[in-house]
Amino acid sequence: MMAWLNGAAHYRWMVASRVLAAVVGGYTLTSAATVLLALVWPLPQAEAVAAATMLSFALYTVVILWIFAVKRLRTLWLGLVITTAFCAGLSWLLLPGGTA
Amino acid sequence: MAWLHTWSGLVVGWVLFFVFVTGTAGYFNSEITRWMQPELPLHQSAPQDNGKLATIAMDRLQAVAPNAEFWSITLPHRSQVFRRWEEFSISWETMPREGHEHGVFGSEILDPGNGDQVSTVDPRETGGGDALYVMHYALHYIDRQLAFKLVGICTMIMLVSLITGIITHKKIFKDFFTLRLGKGQRSWLDAHNVIGVMALPFFLMITYSGLVFFGLTYMPAGVATIYGTDDKATERYFDDLFDDHSHEAITRPRAPVPEMIAKAEAAWGEGQVRSVFIQHDGGEKPRVDIGRVRGGQVRVFDAEIMRFHAHTGEPLPLDPPDGLTLKTNESLRALHEGRFAEPWLRWLYFIAGLLGCGMIGTGLVLWTVKRRRNHEATGGHFGLRLVEALNVATIAGLSAGVAAYFLANRLLPVEMADRAEWEMHILFLVWGEALIYAFFRCSDLKGCRKAWVELLWLASAAFALLPVVNALTTDKHLLNTVAAGDWVLAGFDLTMLALGLTFGYMAIKVKRIWLKKAAQKVETNHTALMGETA
Repeated sequence: MMAWLNGAAHYRWMVASRVLAAVVGGYTLTSAATVLLALVWPLPQAEAVAAATMLSFALYTVVILWIFAVKRLRTLWLGLVITTAFCAGLSWLLLPGGTA
Repeated sequence: MAWLHTWSGLVVGWVLFFVFVTGTAGYFNSEITRWMQPELPLHQSAPQDNGKLATIAMDRLQAVAPNAEFWSITLPHRSQVFRRWEEFSISWETMPREGHEHGVFGSEILDPGNGDQVSTVDPRETGGGDALYVMHYALHYIDRQLAFKLVGICTMIMLVSLITGIITHKKIFKDFFTLRLGKGQRSWLDAHNVIGVMALPFFLMITYSGLVFFGLTYMPAGVATIYGTDDKATERYFDDLFDDHSHEAITRPRAPVPEMIAKAEAAWGEGQVRSVFIQHDGGEKPRVDIGRVRGGQVRVFDAEIMRFHAHTGEPLPLDPPDGLTLKTNESLRALHEGRFAEPWLRWLYFIAGLLGCGMIGTGLVLWTVKRRRNHEATGGHFGLRLVEALNVATIAGLSAGVAAYFLANRLLPVEMADRAEWEMHILFLVWGEALIYAFFRCSDLKGCRKAWVELLWLASAAFALLPVVNALTTDKHLLNTVAAGDWVLAGFDLTMLALGLTFGYMAIKVKRIWLKKAAQKVETNHTALMGETA
């Protein structure tokens, strides 16, 4: 994971972008995944929400680790956007008010 | 992952240290509060007729709360959950008025003799152990909701730190048995590893359950998407989760409550009945719940009950047990609070908390030790100086501040206005002064070392003085408390003495190491000079 650390300005930019990705992108992805999990977990609705929320912090930890471990920034942001869109889209379809 | 471990640990280290110090003290919150209210007498339990007490309580409830949603009677007992004697008391909630969600809650402490309302001894105004305990999640001087979020962010970063720490130390088992003393940076690293691994399950549990406590605040997406974002959304969610009942106004049970208590006592043993709870769920039978004294299980609020029909006295079945999700959630929170812990286990909790302070402290020091050498040549660096100063001020200065909080309880005038607030101001004044002092002292390495020794001595003196000041200002001092076998009050004084000795030992140790290092340096310079002249 250290391959992306070289040159002072480059280094700072890399750190800033990873932190940004973890705080904004990582949190958004975790939120979307939590909603999806709450919708597909075969439990009464409220319990599924409670269970997914409890699990979300483990999920966020894994997402943060991945964000700091991925080599290329492009892979990182592409990965974040695609998985978030997937979770959010599927959730939207599954929501009681959705089209499905 | 080492990079992430180092930096995530550093940025939140001081807040986490504060959280661990106050949270660890919180495992003895009731005991600390008791020490801080020396006016209260020692409690003695007298034989009691619980059936008679229940009748007295219901007479009183009928007079003060005729139209109630519930009646609750606490029979005098020693509470494992709050680790104190629970008085004979009643509480109730009136039926909600039209358009209101809840009624008005009321409570009274009663005289077990005749049922009159008791005016208890008025102790001095103090924040007690609870003020320390609450700060570990609500901080101080800032809005509570904001504080919950700040602590949550720090906790989440701590979780990342713990996991990356484990990944960094691949040889976790071998590292555990490695402690190279007197080797500078190596020793700090070993100490950090040993402490980190020793209480690792506790750290993981306490961090994760801390997040679960405020789960909906930190991760509101699930409820927001499914239940909406309006004011009532969370309420709808909880009603759904806990299967909320409507209630009918209760009437005084026509079946004899003393007989129900006798049945419970026959099943659980004398002195095992804690409470009587009377309620009438809409569409269900009016019920009387006889509650057992809590303890002996992790989910300590979920104590055993016996249920009877309020008017016929026939036994009624209990509610079905909670689902697995709720049980998991409650168990995590119960593990965090440790209310189930008997004295020995409670001490383990306390020690694990101190180890947490130790892990964070050694981690913070390690960061500076690693970088000190690089900057020694270039003559200091603002970031390093700031971290050094924050380290001294927080590790030694905050500890001294906690001792000052206890000292203030004994030394501030008893009648002082806003007394409880001033106890707390003094904690933060000492911490703040320590920070300013340390920052100016840390202009060079030598000054910083002196600041460590001086502030460690300050903390040592402040803790060691506590039993002395206590003896000079109250009659609840060690000679009396040990003689009376009151190990809560004696334990507090003895713990303070032990903390004083620990900080004194640290001060001596730190000074000795640096004197040795300085001597080595002079020697090397000397040899170098000799070499040049030869």
